[in-house]
Amino acid sequence: MIPRHQKIIFGLLLVASVAMGVTLWHLRQSAHERLIAGQDSAPTSAPQIAPSEQATLLVANDSDGSLLTQFLSLPLPTDPGARAHAVLGKLLDLYAAPDAAHPVPGGGSSVIQVFLLPAFELGSGASTTKPKLEDSRTVVILSGESSTTPSGALSQQTPQFGPQLAVVNLSGAFAANHPSGIETEMLTVLSICGTLHANLPRVTQVRFLVDGAQRSTLAGHADLTRTYLAADAMPAEEIRP
Amino acid sequence: MPVKLKISSFHAPYSRAFRAFLFICSLAAAAQLAAAQQAPSAPQARFVVVLDAAHGGDETGGRLTDGQFEKTFTLALTTRLRSLLVARGIEVVTTRESDAVVEPEKRAEIANHAVAQACLSLHASEAGSGVHLFVSSLAPAQPVRFPAWKTAQGAWLARSLKLAGVVNSALLQAGMSTTLVRTTLPVVDSMTCPAAAVEIAPERSALHETTAGLGDPDYQARVAAALAAALVEWRTEAHQP
Repeated sequence: MIPRHQKIIFGLLLVASVAMGVTLWHLRQSAHERLIAGQDSAPTSAPQIAPSEQATLLVANDSDGSLLTQFLSLPLPTDPGARAHAVLGKLLDLYAAPDAAHPVPGGGSSVIQVFLLPAFELGSGASTTKPKLEDSRTVVILSGESSTTPSGALSQQTPQFGPQLAVVNLSGAFAANHPSGIETEMLTVLSICGTLHANLPRVTQVRFLVDGAQRSTLAGHADLTRTYLAADAMPAEEIRP
Repeated sequence: MPVKLKISSFHAPYSRAFRAFLFICSLAAAAQLAAAQQAPSAPQARFVVVLDAAHGGDETGGRLTDGQFEKTFTLALTTRLRSLLVARGIEVVTTRESDAVVEPEKRAEIANHAVAQACLSLHASEAGSGVHLFVSSLAPAQPVRFPAWKTAQGAWLARSLKLAGVVNSALLQAGMSTTLVRTTLPVVDSMTCPAAAVEIAPERSALHETTAGLGDPDYQARVAAALAAALVEWRTEAHQP
């Protein structure tokens, strides 16, 4: 025989359970409706498709240690930073292809960001300013020529018209998986510098970050602590006046 | 007169000692003069080569196809090359003798203290083909008493290019393909000696098939023999007036 008070408690619990179930169902429905309403209020304008333009890529070739100029038709954004990101992404996609002449795993996603900043104009050794010898830097040149760029002669340009410094932020995975070697690392660095300058002539200097931080070398050899001159990575006939 | 006698008698023993002292001094002066006369010829007879086995310790360098690290390969090549040079009467200074970390500044410091006639930094890479020679891309500079650390190689650039030319000829004579490149390397750029970096890559055919890998003992021996022949030739040139 079940006592009366237990029957009452059981009945109350049953009613409470049913009430909670109904409440939960109502809450679920209202949440679903809010979600649908939120989706409806999201921007629905279609993304702009950039028109295809001719992009110039300086593609490295390990077999002879050269940089070959390739012209590709790519949809390039008008924003310079996004444009730089797009061409570098395409360049690294070429290196990640199975039959690449300069195989580097990672692909376009290895370029996290490209920042464009006003650059300090670096004078030449023949300039009238007196450069500090200690600050003089020489760019990497595969063709056998060299030029000195003393950072002692500095004059900041306006962002609209002056030269730009591109800061390329690469992923840590790209650096970790990059083949090690003086030549192969320098080819990667120079092809990035040359490609940036070919598509964005205002980019005259390039610096590198890895995962947002400075790193001493790319994979043990190429110095990433210095500023590279983009124009000097270009083949002689490609250098713009 | 007694005073005179007294004086002479007083000085007589000291006079003999003084004459003996003068005799010893004259002997010492003659010895110093002879040494001074021989001094100009002494540096000509001394021929020192610095061999820098790249990487070491935690800094492994690249991983080669046969599983060994670049640091192991460079140390083995340094040991082999040192044996060949010592057998030919060339004094060799190495930047490391074991699997130890040696900072780039320390490597250049060792080379500069050795006052060497040739400095070779040895590297290895699976990328590319043949032997890659690198000379600093610094602009030529006049020798100064206290050169800037990062650009010290500038004053030695002409000699470094000649050294690279001799090494290049020896490698070609040994039937190896070479590339001569100017680049920036922090270790080489701080050396005050004729310096070059040598990066050994596998030998590959025109179809990019590996004909001699880095793990091939015969290939290692050929590279070491060619480098030794180049340094012997360089010694001959260095001793020519």
